[in-house]
Amino acid sequence: MSEMRALVGLLKQIDDQLVACMRCGMCQAVCPIYAETGLEGHVARGKIALLECLADEIIKDPAGVKERLDTCLLCGSCQANCPSGVKALDIFLKARAFLTGYYGLPPVKRAIFRGLLKNPRLFDSVMSIAAKFQGIFTRPVNDMIGSSCARVFSDLIGGRHFAPLAKRPLHDLASERDAPRGFSGLKAAFFYGCVVDKMFPRIGNAALSVFDHHGVGVYMPHAQACCGIPALSSGDRDTFEKLVAMNMALFGDHDFDVLVTPCATCTSTIKKIWPLMAEGLPDSTRFRIREMAAKVKDISAFLIQDVGVRPVDLPVVGEPVTVTYHDPCHLKKSLGISAEPRALIAANPRYRLVEMEGADSCCGSGGSFTLQHYDLSKRIGKRKRDNIVATGAHVAATSCPACMLQIGDMLSQAGDTLAIRHPVEIYAETLTGR
Amino acid sequence: MANHLSQKFEEIVGKGNVLASEVDRHNYSYDAAVLPPKLPALAVRPETPEALGRVVATCNELGLPLTVRGSGTNLSGGAIPSVGGVVALTGALSKIIEINEADMYAVVQTGVVTAKFAAEVAKRGLFYPPDPGSQAVSTIGGNVAENAGGLRGLKYGVTKDYVMGMSLYDVNGELVKTGSRTVKCVTGLNLHGLMVGSEGTLGVFNEIILKLVPPPKASKAMMAIFDDLGKASETVAAIIAAKIVPATLEYMDDFTIKTVEDFAHAGLPTDAKALLLIEVDGHPAQVEDEAAEVEAICKRIGATRIQVAKDAAERNKVWEARRAALSALARVRPTTVLEDATVPRSKIPAMIGALEAIAAKYRLTIGTFGHAGDGNLHPTILTDKRDHEEFKRVEAAIDEIFDVALSLGGTLSGEHGIGTAKSRYMVKEVGQGSILYAKRLKAALDPKGILNPGKITGE
Repeated sequence: MSEMRALVGLLKQIDDQLVACMRCGMCQAVCPIYAETGLEGHVARGKIALLECLADEIIKDPAGVKERLDTCLLCGSCQANCPSGVKALDIFLKARAFLTGYYGLPPVKRAIFRGLLKNPRLFDSVMSIAAKFQGIFTRPVNDMIGSSCARVFSDLIGGRHFAPLAKRPLHDLASERDAPRGFSGLKAAFFYGCVVDKMFPRIGNAALSVFDHHGVGVYMPHAQACCGIPALSSGDRDTFEKLVAMNMALFGDHDFDVLVTPCATCTSTIKKIWPLMAEGLPDSTRFRIREMAAKVKDISAFLIQDVGVRPVDLPVVGEPVTVTYHDPCHLKKSLGISAEPRALIAANPRYRLVEMEGADSCCGSGGSFTLQHYDLSKRIGKRKRDNIVATGAHVAATSCPACMLQIGDMLSQAGDTLAIRHPVEIYAETLTGR
Repeated sequence: MANHLSQKFEEIVGKGNVLASEVDRHNYSYDAAVLPPKLPALAVRPETPEALGRVVATCNELGLPLTVRGSGTNLSGGAIPSVGGVVALTGALSKIIEINEADMYAVVQTGVVTAKFAAEVAKRGLFYPPDPGSQAVSTIGGNVAENAGGLRGLKYGVTKDYVMGMSLYDVNGELVKTGSRTVKCVTGLNLHGLMVGSEGTLGVFNEIILKLVPPPKASKAMMAIFDDLGKASETVAAIIAAKIVPATLEYMDDFTIKTVEDFAHAGLPTDAKALLLIEVDGHPAQVEDEAAEVEAICKRIGATRIQVAKDAAERNKVWEARRAALSALARVRPTTVLEDATVPRSKIPAMIGALEAIAAKYRLTIGTFGHAGDGNLHPTILTDKRDHEEFKRVEAAIDEIFDVALSLGGTLSGEHGIGTAKSRYMVKEVGQGSILYAKRLKAALDPKGILNPGKITGE
């Protein structure tokens, strides 16, 4: 019972945020999960009402509330559309941390977050061993998308068509670097993120070649730690804070102008969640984290706004390749960035952008949401797949490697043969094509 | 007991469609009104009209209070259930059954979302005008039950003007049909007229037949800013006197203007006393004429600034300020009490004066905006429901707002409904005789009193 008291005490800390919800219910119009289930407990208003009940000790069953809270993509659609400006994501992340403190982490997550994520070197070596052996357990199913499915262990992997681990991760393919500012006068620290490192090193290579081409000095240390969002969204604040501290030690005192990431989720986490969760930390740490948050930028925004990338004059042979762009929630809804990735794609005249319906509706990935709620995630993903395919485009592009995984799974399962690319890859093709 | 009850409803709607856990019950205990929640025994989600009918019959058999819920956006407590009652969710009954372009009507199930329906209608080149503020989520069933209004009320009317007929379940679960797909129909009692605005107290809607109209070919929007409230209301009166009926004629007071400007930076002058948003629509030539005339009236009466939208982008900008009004106000304090007392349009200046006096008397912040053209203002009280002393003053202020509205020949509610929030004021407006009449009607149709009890006429 004393733990329940402590939980109530913690929830009272966010009372001011909870009370801002006026129950208008407008979040029902935009929540991807509510669109599938129609259940009040799955939409922000319903979750906030339950948290208020828990804080007021009207609800005696925190497990039921936790289950509802976990049924959320953290896509931020509700927050972006809330008439009264309720900070739903802040609320949900904090409440998840409180409830996980109450119940503890499930053993598998504990093993992954505390054993692996907190230990970047160990994480790297485990994954490199896994990359060598994955062919034994899985088989390739779609050459265009590059996906695989389970050969054995299918009960663990389910029917997923997933992108395999890269044979060699980025941190193995590209050496650490710390080059001075080039002719652009800019120096970028490159935070490549776990998924790019281990699954899509080609995106990292594309980014590095673009930086070189435009005379951007790059600081890229290895042993980068995860941005922390998988741990925090599972309520593991302790691991999250350690990961932030590791990254701060690696990047905090270094000289660079912009912290660039090719991952929408990493960008949004560093920009918004790091300072949010630093509220209780000592002044000096908080200040440094805020400075880092101010420096982080999505790679497309950096290339268009700071480097000044413009359409490249290239001969176009034949019809241009059609490409449709999916707005990751963490880029458009969280940070308002939607024009720059499109501008980066448009910089390659060999591509023609065709908009899909609902380009900014969630793909259903939600990070580890897809692991816990695969069926729901798949239903949401299917809509995205249908919208992509309806454009007739050859290529699906997006700025978040996690969305790329989800979209790849959905397209591959439907037998579609679209290629999936990051805008920086599409732009990088202009460098070799001249 | 609870288990037994769940089982009984599971037989009707299927296992996954009975929601009876602690969190589910709390999730269906409230709507958008600032009222205390009430915990139902369970919620059910029928997927077929037949299942809905059986839910109604079963509730009646067992004497269980039944509240139908669309999206739970009601502002007067209409969707708040009775303690221990049953909530019937209409989310799975959301088919658009027919849109008939030749005869200009549509048939829908009650759970269809208003904006989705309006968009489908627009795709076929027709127009469904009622546009309540919650249209992005509200359902047609809820709109009909509350007789929802919106911004276009002045010219196009409200939900009741578009209901041609319906089928509904009576308290025994028998299907009742009323009205038809024809423009004219005098077959039988006008029961659908009775159902509109009945707030779920007389029957449970199944399918609704809605009138559609051709969309206007052109429209023109403008914003007029005034340094004096009197001039703004004089302008409203002069526009109507000139026999011009704008599609929308919206008002915003000085506090709302300042708050919107702080929030949205739409370029509004913060020293303005009042703002009117006017849009005329119809045939292009008529729109040009009327827009010019409205502009001339605004100038003659002394608007300090008039901004006529030249294209769609500018029109959007003009409307941005109005759309931001509630959002901007809602962010000022934790609790937002949105009222909708309505007066004859000529009494708007008196009403606005009274609202200012009430705000001062009870030391409250009230921002007022709303539909000046039809007298339906939204005095919005910004408060914190956790501050009990302040909330008492809020309640006293609401009492007085109603008194003033009634003394000016107005009404308690223009479009939000009576629900439980305003049932105790009913007698002041309609008198004891009307309440008795309504209660007798209800008793005859619903002898056990299970249909959304306590709404409109009180317990």
